[in-house]
Amino acid sequence: MTMRGAAAIVGFAEMPTRRTYEGRTALGLMAEATRDAIVDAGIRKEEIDGLVVEGGSFYPAPIGEYMGLNPNFVTGVSTMGASGATATSVAAMAIYSGLATTVLVTLSEARQAGSPWGSPATPGLRTEFEDPYGPAVAANTGYGLMYSRHMAEYGTTQEQLANISVNQRFNALENENAVFRGQPLTIEDVLNSRYINYPIRLLESVMPCAGGSAIILTSAERAKSLKNKPVYILGAGIACDPLSGWQRERLTRSVVTRSAPIALGMAGYGPSDIEFAQFYDCYTILHAVCLEDAGLVPKGDIGPFFASTDTTYKGEFPINTDGGQLSCGQPGDAGGFRHVIEATRQIMGRGGVRQVERNDLCLVNG
Amino acid sequence: MTTEYTKPLPIPGGLHGTTLGDFTKPFWEATKRHELVIQRCRMCDRFFFYPRELCPACLSDDLEWAPVSGRGRVHAFTIVYQPNDPRFNEDVPYVYAIIQLDEGARMISNVIGIEPHDVEVNMPVVAVYDDITPEWTLVKFKPA
Repeated sequence: MTMRGAAAIVGFAEMPTRRTYEGRTALGLMAEATRDAIVDAGIRKEEIDGLVVEGGSFYPAPIGEYMGLNPNFVTGVSTMGASGATATSVAAMAIYSGLATTVLVTLSEARQAGSPWGSPATPGLRTEFEDPYGPAVAANTGYGLMYSRHMAEYGTTQEQLANISVNQRFNALENENAVFRGQPLTIEDVLNSRYINYPIRLLESVMPCAGGSAIILTSAERAKSLKNKPVYILGAGIACDPLSGWQRERLTRSVVTRSAPIALGMAGYGPSDIEFAQFYDCYTILHAVCLEDAGLVPKGDIGPFFASTDTTYKGEFPINTDGGQLSCGQPGDAGGFRHVIEATRQIMGRGGVRQVERNDLCLVNG
Repeated sequence: MTTEYTKPLPIPGGLHGTTLGDFTKPFWEATKRHELVIQRCRMCDRFFFYPRELCPACLSDDLEWAPVSGRGRVHAFTIVYQPNDPRFNEDVPYVYAIIQLDEGARMISNVIGIEPHDVEVNMPVVAVYDDITPEWTLVKFKPA
């Protein structure tokens, strides 16, 4: 007995990602995205009886209060960048278990001008065994370590992984919600950009931004009578490993080795059935490792894969068809939520110029 | 005569107060003597690091501080050009690395005494001690 197909996404809204939403609050951005998602779903606000938010920075109650909701089931998830995908899974669980029928998931980041980072980054535990040695800015440190290790173990090159930034930028060129829309990128641009911390270059890293988005999930039964094509949650898997990369047994293996088989097993599909993918992309190297660990690319072959595969929305295996966080910007912990939103958009057939042809089955990674 | 050390000192703390308390003291008392000691679990016989109140493998509290060789390898590294803390700006580029000790445990440190871009994964290294203040000594690593 699983929650396969018990819940569906029936509406969504995404505010354009910007460097800052000057004068706006995180709660206001969530409320605006929620309003638009309610309209998109074609439901009444009063039907929302569940609320799932990012819980590392926010409590659910003030968010509900701000937008005049009185939900039954509420919770906050706190899996950092994975919070959007986690919250979506938890919303589906709540519907499946009978705790709620129609659940709102909303995340945002207001990021006022002048703040270097939307929220304090946590590259590790920040104890006296790390800080005196000078970690790099934001979350870069652990991913730089992962990158050098992947290069040494598998012969991966920076030139190969630069394709991730380049292909995603192509996907973002006509995305009105992307902060880097209309700005093409070449491999040379990526390889000539400055190091933040070797091997990570500037154009292999996300840019901190502001934004907000929301989705509405409801039961499969209720979804049938709504106007949008339901996007069913066929499977989900959640896994966690040590926050500090140096505490992990294998630096080049992510928790996706455990979460993807759970999700795929629940759905009853294998990696080769997946038609397109929306995968977390704070840095090229994590994106690469997660694609390998989901079984979409054999372990260690991600470099040659990106050197030889068109992963744009026009290509043989489309990935991050909206440009991902690397080209749209990262609104804090709301950043990874865009992968859920874009998967929904594509499956509903609302991708516009970037609509993929095979759009029935997407694997999303937060 | 000595210039003041302005970078972060190894004061216990961290996220959730991970290392608050006195249990990391033996490590820093040893580095001050230019020795490296880390915790070993008497129950499951494993070395581990950073210091904890319980063994992360078997959750035993039967722990001891055991001397280690100070020899290891660069497990992974990154060369920092943009530090999180601007007090490190004067040092860039520098190497921030995971060192795998020969005894099995891993620690974070800097690899010094080598051009940063000459550092390689799996390179053998050995501990050196940097007396940053009269009270505190950091352990760093240089090519063996």
